[in-house]
Amino acid sequence: MHNKSLSELSTSLHNGEFSSVELTQHYLDRIAAHNSSLNAFITVTADSALEQARLADVRLQQKTAGTLTGIALAHKDIFCTQGIRTSCASKMLDNFIAPYNATVVEKLNAAGMVTLGKTNMDEFAMGSSNETSFYGVVKNPWDTDRVPGGSSGGSAAAMAARLAPIATGTDTGGSIRQPASLCNLTGLKPTYGRISRYGMIAFASSLDQAGPMANSAEDAALLLNEMAGFDPRDSTSVERDVPDYTASLTASLQGLRIGLPKEFFGEGLDPDVATTIEAAIKTYESLGATVKEISLPNSHLSVPTYYVVAPAECSSNLSRMDGVRFGHRCDDPKDLLDLYQRSRGEGFGEEVKRRIMIGTYALSAGYYDAYYLKAQQCRRLISDDFKQAFNDVDVIMGPTAPTTAFNLGEKNDDPVAMYLADIYTISTNLAGLPGMSIPAGFVNGLPVGLQIIGNYFDEARLLNVAHRYQQATDWHQQTPADFK
Amino acid sequence: MSLDKSDVEKIAHLARLAINENDIPDYVRDLTNIFELVEQLSTADTSDILPMAHPLDANQRLRADEVTETNQRDLFQSIAPKTEAGVYLVPQVIE
Repeated sequence: MHNKSLSELSTSLHNGEFSSVELTQHYLDRIAAHNSSLNAFITVTADSALEQARLADVRLQQKTAGTLTGIALAHKDIFCTQGIRTSCASKMLDNFIAPYNATVVEKLNAAGMVTLGKTNMDEFAMGSSNETSFYGVVKNPWDTDRVPGGSSGGSAAAMAARLAPIATGTDTGGSIRQPASLCNLTGLKPTYGRISRYGMIAFASSLDQAGPMANSAEDAALLLNEMAGFDPRDSTSVERDVPDYTASLTASLQGLRIGLPKEFFGEGLDPDVATTIEAAIKTYESLGATVKEISLPNSHLSVPTYYVVAPAECSSNLSRMDGVRFGHRCDDPKDLLDLYQRSRGEGFGEEVKRRIMIGTYALSAGYYDAYYLKAQQCRRLISDDFKQAFNDVDVIMGPTAPTTAFNLGEKNDDPVAMYLADIYTISTNLAGLPGMSIPAGFVNGLPVGLQIIGNYFDEARLLNVAHRYQQATDWHQQTPADFK
Repeated sequence: MSLDKSDVEKIAHLARLAINENDIPDYVRDLTNIFELVEQLSTADTSDILPMAHPLDANQRLRADEVTETNQRDLFQSIAPKTEAGVYLVPQVIE
């Protein structure tokens, strides 16, 4: 059951080959068997999952079921789930039972999907290795001495080990694409505003975007169909029709113009990863695409720009965690200042504190112009590079991450080295563009992801470009040996 | 640029974060390294460049001035650390 695609699962459920309860139980059994070695889930919701599955089976019998009715999924623990702990992998929210559902959760519940549980992540989505979680590190199913990537590392590990048939993630600087790359998954970060952020705990509001983490482009398209759409409760949600993302999956790539930014293939890129990416590009040429070198001359500003904008927004967003209305409160506060300071000091982990402090400093009196304003100007330079590039090409390709999965603990003592793990993904968030990572091969048994960046609202084309590659290759079907 | 101990203490106070005295040297080192990375921005010529506040340069959407939320005080306060008679309790702030 756990090697079937979503459309195969849907067909089996609709034909009565197995029920949603049986499918759900199968995944719950796999989680019970494997989660202790991976730590992919923070919370497993077995009882409510089986109840959702029973209701899905009724809809299937009554022929009122949709394509995804009865199919199980895992939610990153950043999405508010009513009545279920929503921790964002922080001690601060360890006791937080969300009083409402995120729009994404509400939509997928309405589609009849079954929530298996909430997946581990970097605390408040701040990290590239899933090592900053209050609930412990997540391990990569391809090599459990290595990181799964982050911040959606729990969703990635769960998917790679086939503990869920599909999962949600969020991406602020690469948090869907980089773990997808490190765990051999198909991950899509849509255009900013395509999916509602309502009920998705905010890290950096001008960058955050939810998306699917899947075993194939086709599966990602099916989930995106349900996740996308305008939401009046999110003021940055875009009023724009949602196409059927599966409709153009098989369109020909004849004449597709691919741009390869020379800045994505320079110093810092592992040579074996580069070779793997070049081979993937060759496959695209054999599918009818044309390739040309392009330049994104301000790429080198992406990481420094991001490490002003994202911490500035996070320091503002996380000020709501103050020990007053919800979340962790310190014992015996002697006054209000002590209540704020100790509740926050105890509730947040080291990386979150670091980023709050960077943001606080960048926004403090006398420094705003030098840091925040300057970063917002650099952000436009980065964005304008993409606008220029898309005059000549349809999609941009390159590596998702500079290396394959690194060892647990390898970059823990050096925040700047960790930040560089997102060097190829961050610019897409700054520009608000959609980006994907798809499996493109292996180096020493570890997965390599190909990044595909599209123009605004061009998710259908990205999925088409990914799907055609997946019809020509079988990298995306490889699974780690210990989790067959 | 280089931060020192008093900078870190000031930032932590502004951010309302209690930090351990023992951790201050690590914060000094890490924040200094991060701001050195950020210094690269000063090499970019941004004269006449408009700051980009929103990826799609969107404007705030307006809606009719109608009540759309219902009062859920009991639900929201059920997860609060300390409440009494419908209000959130904090240490006394007025003598």
